[in-house]
Amino acid sequence: MKSTFRIGGVHPHDNKQYSVHQPITECPLPTKAIIPLVQHIGAPAQAVVEKGQKVKVGELIAKAGGFVSANIHAPFSGTITKIDTTIDAWGMKMPAIFMDVEGDEWLETIDRSNDIVRKLDYEPKAIIDKVQEAGIVGLGGACFPTHVKLMPPPGKTAEVLIVNGVECEPYLTCDHQLMLEKGEEIIIGIQLLMRALNIQKAIIGIEANKPDAIQHMTALASKVLGIEVKALKLKYPQGGEKQLIDACIRRQVPSGALPIEVGAVVDNVATIYAVYEAVQKNKPLISRVMTVTGKSLAKPGNYDVRFGTPLTEVVALAGGVPEDTGKVIGGGPMMGRAMSNIDMPSNKRVSGLLFLPEAESMREEITNCVRCGKCVGACPMGLEPWLLSKQAWHSMWDEMEDHNIMDCIECGCCQFTCPSHLPLLDYVRMGKAKVGGLIRARQAANK
Amino acid sequence: MKQFIVSPAPHFHSGDSVRKNMLLVIIALLPAYAVSVWQFGWGALITTAISVAACVLFEWLIAKYLLKQKSTIGDLSAVLTGLLLAFNLPSNLPWWIVIIGALVAIGVAKMSFGGLGQNIFNPALVGRVFLLISFPAQMTTWPVPQGFATSYVDAATGATPLAAMKVALTGSDSMMSAVPEMWDILIGKMGGSLGEVSALLLLAGGIFLIATRVITWHIPVSIMATVALFAAVTGWAGMLPESVCTGEYVMLSLCTGGMMLGAWFMATDYVTSPMSNCGKLIFGVGIGVIVMVIRTWGAYPEGMSFAILIMNACAPLLNLIRPKRFGEKKK
Amino acid sequence: MNLILISLAVLGVTGLVAAVLLYFVAQKFKVEEDPRIDEVQEALPGANCGGCGFAGCRAFAEGCVKAETLDGLLCPVGGAPTMKTVGEILGMAVGNIDPKVAVVRCNGTCEARPKTSIYDGAKSCQILHNCYVGESACPFGCLGCGDCVAACEFDAIHMNPETGLPEVDDEKCTSCGKCVSACPRNIIELRKKGPKSRRMVVMCVNKDKGAVARKACTNACIGCSKCQKVCEFDAITIENNLAYIDYNKCRLCRKCEDACPTGAIHAVNFPPRKPKAEPAATPVAPKAAPKGAEQPVEKVSEVLKVSKVEGEEAKA
Repeated sequence: MKSTFRIGGVHPHDNKQYSVHQPITECPLPTKAIIPLVQHIGAPAQAVVEKGQKVKVGELIAKAGGFVSANIHAPFSGTITKIDTTIDAWGMKMPAIFMDVEGDEWLETIDRSNDIVRKLDYEPKAIIDKVQEAGIVGLGGACFPTHVKLMPPPGKTAEVLIVNGVECEPYLTCDHQLMLEKGEEIIIGIQLLMRALNIQKAIIGIEANKPDAIQHMTALASKVLGIEVKALKLKYPQGGEKQLIDACIRRQVPSGALPIEVGAVVDNVATIYAVYEAVQKNKPLISRVMTVTGKSLAKPGNYDVRFGTPLTEVVALAGGVPEDTGKVIGGGPMMGRAMSNIDMPSNKRVSGLLFLPEAESMREEITNCVRCGKCVGACPMGLEPWLLSKQAWHSMWDEMEDHNIMDCIECGCCQFTCPSHLPLLDYVRMGKAKVGGLIRARQAANK
Repeated sequence: MKQFIVSPAPHFHSGDSVRKNMLLVIIALLPAYAVSVWQFGWGALITTAISVAACVLFEWLIAKYLLKQKSTIGDLSAVLTGLLLAFNLPSNLPWWIVIIGALVAIGVAKMSFGGLGQNIFNPALVGRVFLLISFPAQMTTWPVPQGFATSYVDAATGATPLAAMKVALTGSDSMMSAVPEMWDILIGKMGGSLGEVSALLLLAGGIFLIATRVITWHIPVSIMATVALFAAVTGWAGMLPESVCTGEYVMLSLCTGGMMLGAWFMATDYVTSPMSNCGKLIFGVGIGVIVMVIRTWGAYPEGMSFAILIMNACAPLLNLIRPKRFGEKKK
Repeated sequence: MNLILISLAVLGVTGLVAAVLLYFVAQKFKVEEDPRIDEVQEALPGANCGGCGFAGCRAFAEGCVKAETLDGLLCPVGGAPTMKTVGEILGMAVGNIDPKVAVVRCNGTCEARPKTSIYDGAKSCQILHNCYVGESACPFGCLGCGDCVAACEFDAIHMNPETGLPEVDDEKCTSCGKCVSACPRNIIELRKKGPKSRRMVVMCVNKDKGAVARKACTNACIGCSKCQKVCEFDAITIENNLAYIDYNKCRLCRKCEDACPTGAIHAVNFPPRKPKAEPAATPVAPKAAPKGAEQPVEKVSEVLKVSKVEGEEAKA
């Protein structure tokens, strides 16, 4: 009996057939690149290059703007043309470094070979420093700077590393393919992180719809002490940090706390692969595997894209924007953000591009709430979405805080399940932003 | 340039809808309805037809002319109310009483509160109770079931098992001959309202609803468990005559009267039942206790409608109970 | 008969005892309140809208009675007449109050501001604003979902379906400020109503560079500063590529309206202008235009080129 998280959850169709098992294909180099300065949670990075400067691949071009921030490195070699703002896929301003791509010259310190490096005898601090220098952030979607997770605050100790190979979002298959092609590198990455955190146990969680990945990773992990592969029952949002911890070690992170509270550190397989490359190959984070998929797309698949590549070129590689496209989503259909244009460069935050046909893009008409309670049953955090969205409508901020709205992980299970097609999450998200602001203001006033 | 459609996440939907759920409930009722027609003949068909047609018509009229809103008959909730109302009526009820029942159910209990989703009380039950109080004689005489040969002209009416059980609780088994064999009760070879026959098929319909995720197990199971426990305690306390064993009384309590229909189809109505699992369990226990109290000591032989309506009133209070939050530790 | 008398007696005595008890309790627990609070509250409109900054009309009445001066205290719904009455009750002078009105500072109509995407989420400006830039390319413009309309308690603001913008009814608006806080983009401002309800407004809040703003909307303010140059009363400031008219300094001369190349400055509630007289048949030697005369409106592209050059020169 496979385990899964205990509260709530829904079962969307996984729709992974379009891009599953497509081998990772490298995207050709563009002629011009735009590298955003904000590709992570935290303070924006500060550019350390100037107009006219020539850079090589892997060179530092922007320094982290604080502890909770990340370095950014040149994904291409060429000349910096300007440091300016551009418009992102949602019409908002985005500061970025613009460059002309010339050739493909890498820093000499980077090991470009495909040989697997198995050296493990580093000092923990050396590993963490390498991770920080390389600008590694969580590639599961949240983009939290990884080195911060590797340095638990005083008083908290890590007991287990949980590896997120779940990929619970429908349509996305990049993590799956990465596990099949780079499984050994990922295992070494896990060992490096275990060393950095000084722990002896790691669990790789993989959902049951990826039997070949489970088999492959189990075989690799059996050769190593301390790493276990756990096959998990298919349920969304299993890839959510808190839900994954519950599924793997049966511990629930208390409200308002971080995973370290229950001794867990969670990292995505793509992030761990980046750690391997950073520590063993001296290669900073300059690319990621993206799933470009959709029913009507000509060549859906998993593409290795260097950051800064215009998304239009990535889409061209996949066959171009389909005629019947209604929505373009950055990420998966449950939590990804619909884009108003694709004139944006790829970056650490975009894990996939999904093209939904027009027929599937419009919402159904809203009817009265029938008080069925299905949203309550679906919420993986045990909240009451019907109540929270009603309170948000009526601006009842204090009551929302009392009903634990800040625990909402914005997974979308409530809106997915509502038979009246109510925009539950739209209002909950709006309320959460307002209540969050009020809490921050209150904390600042109390200081 | 192509204009993309933009909206906040999620961009997927389960495909569930109110109409789909109502349709599944109607389908779940059809096997039991078939037995009713087999038992009561024309009366079953006519009563149901009038009830459904009246409910749909009233809802359409009220929405169009009184509320001046879009018609909601497309979501099939009026059809379901009509069907459930008919299930609560004797098949020999005069047609004009059925129409009054439909008017009260839709007009008073549902539309005057604002339509689907806003009502506090189960509309079909409000209609039934209104008719019971207004037309007690007609509502408490049932024809002797003889299929399509059932006489709707003669006044031949039969005693119901519940009436017999009520007498039994006083220690006398004089009416127990009116109680059919257990198997007959299960498949529906007995008298009563349209929806009170065939406990087995109603149970099957209920399980179908759980399998299709229309309802959860919490309300029906808690009602039946409470009723069974109460009946067992009644038996062990020695309130039954010698010829009636406790087990038989428990089975009778569960299978006769409006118990199965109420537990699986009426109490589980979305709008009038609590939303959290804990609330649903308490709701079910409350109904079980109240219905058995009425059956044992109350003036009426059947108390399911009253029990459900009383607990409907408590549902908003039960909605204050919060579900278990993620990461919450039991104190 | 006896029974009736006994019933009457018992009920009567009970009533009497209760009345006496209540009287003493009321006296003992009486809250001493300044009777003027009730008088002032009577004079207030009773809308309890919060536009005064207090929690309802009673709270405002208390505030007025407790205050030493009525400066800074204003009931926007009742306006000057109400404050005059309050002043009379309390024996305090009331300063000059200029009535205000809510002004929607965006003229990005459906015609002027081309649609670049279709929004299908919940119909709320706040939600749309958190989601993305909106259905046009202007990140500052009106989103058209009507949060302001929903917030208004006086039926004073409505969406115009043709333009997609909200319109304020000058007569009904009480400048309570609810629409101002409802708008997530701070497009609505409370401005002086002006004599005969006339006022000059820059109908744009776009802070992008001129060329960018104009690409998104043809009615945008491009920050060319022609209006500032022409204003004799120092009422216009240009900040972040956006002009702003200080309504305390503006004299309603309308020179800025003529100078504006995009038509972003509106003269609200003015009578239509008389057409200019035809020039004389005899050719007159062109004179330098005297100061203060109306400047001819130049082509927008010319203006943009000039300001672009000026801008780059400033940066270099």
